Formats: sequence, C-alpha cells, structure tokens
Amino acid sequence: MRLLEHEAKTLLKAQGISIPSGKLFTASSDVTYDKPGVLKAQIPAGGRGKAGGVIFVNTPQDVKRESARILGTNLRGHTVETILIEDQLEIQKEYFLAVTYDTTAKSPILIFSSEGGIEIEELARSNPEKIVRERFSVRKGFHEFQARNVGIAGGLKGKELVDVSSIIERMVRLFLSCDATIVEINPLGVTSKGECIACDAHIDIEDEALFRQRILFEKYGIGKRQSGARHQSEFEKKAQAIDDLDHRGVAGRVIEFDGDLGLVIGGGGASLTTFDAVGKNGGRPANYCEIGGNPSVLKVKELTKHLLFKTRGEEDCGHYECRFQYSGGPGGPRCDQRDSGIRKRPFRNDRRVQNPWCMGRGRMEDPSPLRSPIL
Amino acid sequence: MAILADENTRIIVQGITGREAASFTRDMIEYGSHVVAGVTPGKGGWNIHGVPVYDSVKQAISKTQANTSIISVPPAGVKGAAFEALDGGMKLIVIVTERVPRKDVIEIIEYATEVDAHIIGPNSLGLICPHIVKVGMAGGPASDVKKAYSPGPVGIISRSGGMTTEIANLLTTHSIGQSTCVSIGGDPVVGSNFLDLLPLFERDEQTRAVVIFCEPGGTGEERLAEYVFEHRPSLTVIAFVAGQFADAMPGVRFGHAGAIVEGDKGSTRSKIEKFRWAGIHVAEKFSDIVSLLNETV
Repeated sequence: MRLLEHEAKTLLKAQGISIPSGKLFTASSDVTYDKPGVLKAQIPAGGRGKAGGVIFVNTPQDVKRESARILGTNLRGHTVETILIEDQLEIQKEYFLAVTYDTTAKSPILIFSSEGGIEIEELARSNPEKIVRERFSVRKGFHEFQARNVGIAGGLKGKELVDVSSIIERMVRLFLSCDATIVEINPLGVTSKGECIACDAHIDIEDEALFRQRILFEKYGIGKRQSGARHQSEFEKKAQAIDDLDHRGVAGRVIEFDGDLGLVIGGGGASLTTFDAVGKNGGRPANYCEIGGNPSVLKVKELTKHLLFKTRGEEDCGHYECRFQYSGGPGGPRCDQRDSGIRKRPFRNDRRVQNPWCMGRGRMEDPSPLRSPIL
Repeated sequence: MAILADENTRIIVQGITGREAASFTRDMIEYGSHVVAGVTPGKGGWNIHGVPVYDSVKQAISKTQANTSIISVPPAGVKGAAFEALDGGMKLIVIVTERVPRKDVIEIIEYATEVDAHIIGPNSLGLICPHIVKVGMAGGPASDVKKAYSPGPVGIISRSGGMTTEIANLLTTHSIGQSTCVSIGGDPVVGSNFLDLLPLFERDEQTRAVVIFCEPGGTGEERLAEYVFEHRPSLTVIAFVAGQFADAMPGVRFGHAGAIVEGDKGSTRSKIEKFRWAGIHVAEKFSDIVSLLNETV
C-alpha cells in the first residue's frame, strides 16, 4: 500500500525528521495560503511533477486558480481528493536516501547519494559511483555508526555528516517498525542555514503486514486503500466483491483484458502459463484470473457467471467461452467443487463453458486425460 | 540420492491440528514419509492420523529425534514457529503459509544462515524425492503423487507449487524420472531460490539435469544465469518462463506476490535473454521441456 506524500511525511516527522511546513486541503473553496508555496496533488503514485501535479503558487490568485484546477481531476489514474501546500524553501543541496529490500540478496538495503532530486535509476546508469549502497541485518538491528559509515562513503563531512546520519538511522527505524517495503526521501534538502528537510517522501507499507500496522490508522489516520499501480475497473471491482463473499479460498482476483475467451485457472503458475499459451495460439483472453486455496462453490459459481456475462457499460461484450483448467495437487483448488460451481450457474444459449479440461491430477474421481495441445 | 530430504527425514508438523495441515499430514504418511510428531501449543496429547501432538518443538524433538519441520500456521505466527524450529536444531524447514511479511521472512533466513539450516518457502508446497519422501502438500494425495512423480535423474525447481507437479507429470509420462522436486514458493523473498539449490543438485550424483519454472518479478533467474555462466556446471539447466504477457503491464501483480514487473526489473524478456546468454535452454512451449531434455541429456 503506497502512502500519500503527506502521510509519509507525518510518519517521518513522528521519527524526528524535519518536514516542510504546510497545510492540507480537500475542497477548493477553502484553499488559502498566505505565503509563496508549492501545491502538490496527493495521489498514491509517483511522477506527479511531470504530470503537472506539483505547482509553484506565489500569489493568493495562483492558489485559488491552481487548487480549483487540480482538485477533483484525474492525475495518473487517480482522482485528486487532497492537496498539500507547503512553504517554498531555499534549498542549497539535495540528497537521495532510500531504505528498501533487495529481495534476491534477501536483505534490506540502504541507498544514499549526494546527488539528490533526480531519478535514481538515471543516476545508476550515468554515475553509479555516486551511489552508496549498504546492506544490513534485520536481526542485528541498525546502528547510527552504520549510518555514519554510509554518510562518509557518500562524501559528507562536519555537521552535515552527523545530521544526515541521524536521519538515516531514523529512516531505518521507521522502515522496520512500520513494515515498509520502501522509505525514500528524495530530495533531502539542505537549507542555507544547514537544516535538513525531507522535501518529498515516498513510503510503501507491505500489504501482507497491514494486519499488524493498525497503528497507522489508529494513531495517524492512514486508511487502507487499494494497492497496485493501476485503478481497478468496475468489472474487476465486482469480481473482487465476489472474492470477498467468504474467506474460503480465493476466487475473484481478476484483471480485465479485452478479448473474448474467459479464463478461470487454478494456481498462479498455471494461470501465467495458460495465459501465455492462449495468446501464442491466437486466442484473446477476456481476463486474467487465478483461483486457489479451495474456494467455495458459491464463489466459483458467481465468478463464472460474472466472467461469462462480461459487459462494458451497457454493451454486452458478445460471445464468451469460459475455459477452465485445473492444475495438479491440492493447494490447487478442488476440481469437483469447481464443477458443481459450473453446473449450478445459469447460462444463455450464446454462452458456452468449455468442458472443463484437466491439465493434471486435481482431485477428481476420473482425472481427465485431456492434455491441451497448445501447451 | 536426493537433495535436502531422504529416507532419514523425520518430520514434525507445526500447526498440525489445522484443517490443511491435518490433511497433508495424512497424505505424507500415506506416501511413506516419516511424520513423527505434530506441534500445536495447548493441544499436546492430541493425536492426528496416528501422529502424537506436543505443545512445543522442544518436547517433540526430545521424544522423536525429528530433524525436519513443516510449518502451516497463520502468517503472524510463522516467524515464531520458524524460530522455535531453528532453536530446536531443525536443519530443514518447509514453510507452507502464504502472505508472511517479508521482514519476518528475512529474519528467519538470517537465523537459518547462522545455523546452516535450509528454509524452503514461504508459500511453498514443499518438496518430493519420488518414492522416498514427500515433505509438504505437493502432488496432493499419495495415490496422485505416485502417478505424477517417478524417480530418475531430473531435478525440478519451481516458483509455482502446482506447476511442480505438472512438470513432474510431464516428465513421468515420457519416462523421465525426477531426483528431487522443490516448490520454492511464489513470494518475493524465499528461503531458497534457484541459486541456493542448484549447487546442491550439482553435488547430487543422481541428478543430471534441472528444470526450472520461472515467473516475472525479482532477479532470481538472472542471478542463476550469472552463476551458470561463470561456473559452467556439468548438469543441464532447462527453463520454462511463464507470464510473458506481464512484461507489458509493469506494476501489476499476477497471482504470486513475487510475480510483478517493477520498472524495468524482473521482466520475462530480460530473464529469457539472460538464460540464453548463459547457456540455459529455454523451452518455448511447455511440452518442449521433454524434447530439450532428450536432446541435451
């Protein structure tokens, strides 16, 4: 789950990291700011600057005009419901700081660069020597001397070394305590007075850990929201609602495509494999969908109906087939339950459900010897 | 031979009284695995399919000389269960549970590394050494496992549980047997990835080739390719890469938590390129796995 910028900054502030002064607004009618500011759309996505979501507002007229223009509109696939207006700052230097996981090395990693403010991937390509990377251990914890070693390697000296190291140590502490998958400050701005301020912040909290991060909501008012880089379509939301009908297994995680072949596939690996195979053989999937964990008959039935009768707005999307595939093993869903789900659903003459074909064992009385030629 | 588990594997099931655990415990026993104890705190004294249940791992080990654990407890309890197993001296731990926070997984791995233990999973269906031992849910009921899996010279390492069985079944129907088949789990951080397991297969006399099932996301495949390029292992590696359509949709998670292309990292295209560069054979179609094995081994 990606936090909004102001939410991330709230968490940083709670750790003792300075953030710019600013105010939040949700309705354009209330927006006033009595000094030159920076107006920032609060959406759970990056790339706001390039999309026109970060604007300097130097006069009250600017503030009124820009806030009215931005609030309620769509930016990068999200509706802008909140804006943050912060004081403009005199920044002399910009640093890049991030804590995240290197999943292949299986450890957390701290990244620092004295070249902040730009895309770190660009910097990694052009000047990799300007990036300091340091892995650390979750079990052993992270100490300020490790942060100082990073600062020194990054070329920091004097008071700045001490201040930035302290910020690094607090970032790591926050990263671990709130189950973040990334805590990034880019840029960490240094003012002419030598004060370090987190000008922009990006924090993702791991979805799997939200169950133990209730404090985010209770103390900081951060609500759970839809994760992922894209907005769900209505079709997908309805499928999600089917999955939420009960907690038996998973049947309803659907991603919409615009073909005409419905797919309901047991298991993550099998879904990926089948989806590719269908495409390579000229088929056009209407959806990606994976089911698993022994979902209830109800959910499978409702999901099948939902996929078979896919519409776009008022328009019926035409003829659909729904092809089922069962992958081997339990942990893979039970074929017989799925069968009864299919038999129960009503269908019109123009919809067909391909005889469910079995790619493997499944749990069926008579494991069908059907082996798909496309695989 | 086999890797990681064999006829001396003595298994405890942590969380045995859960519905899923009780079911796969029965399947393991019927396959011939030595399931010697179960652990569910507060249910010591119970009996599941003939397996005695204890309140702690320590008790279970003292009574049964167990050396392997399989964990099937809710996500919040996995770290505690794994620590208990490692503390008790378990050298192989299979974590079946899905959706364990990755910070916990990393901590478990750090501890396991300190004590030279192997972690398989989380979100794993376990591993099978055909006709010897099954640790976990892979393959399902014993009768199904016996149909799909047969002993032989090919190892399997798969990010997908179900596809582990599909690949084994494909090989078996073409009279190609398997040495050890490991479902490594679909999460972004797993205890043992391709690179961790390949050297074990290299040292196994029985294994002459390894088939790997790959998905989008992460750089586990790329790291394996680098290893193969540098070390030129004598065994053949054949890869099948699923989810190629996902390259066009970065940021979208397809099924497994780890199956997501992020920015330009983890695309199937880059994995396939890297495999070819390293001399790892890439099966275009699933069925090509067999022809590639016949050509190269």
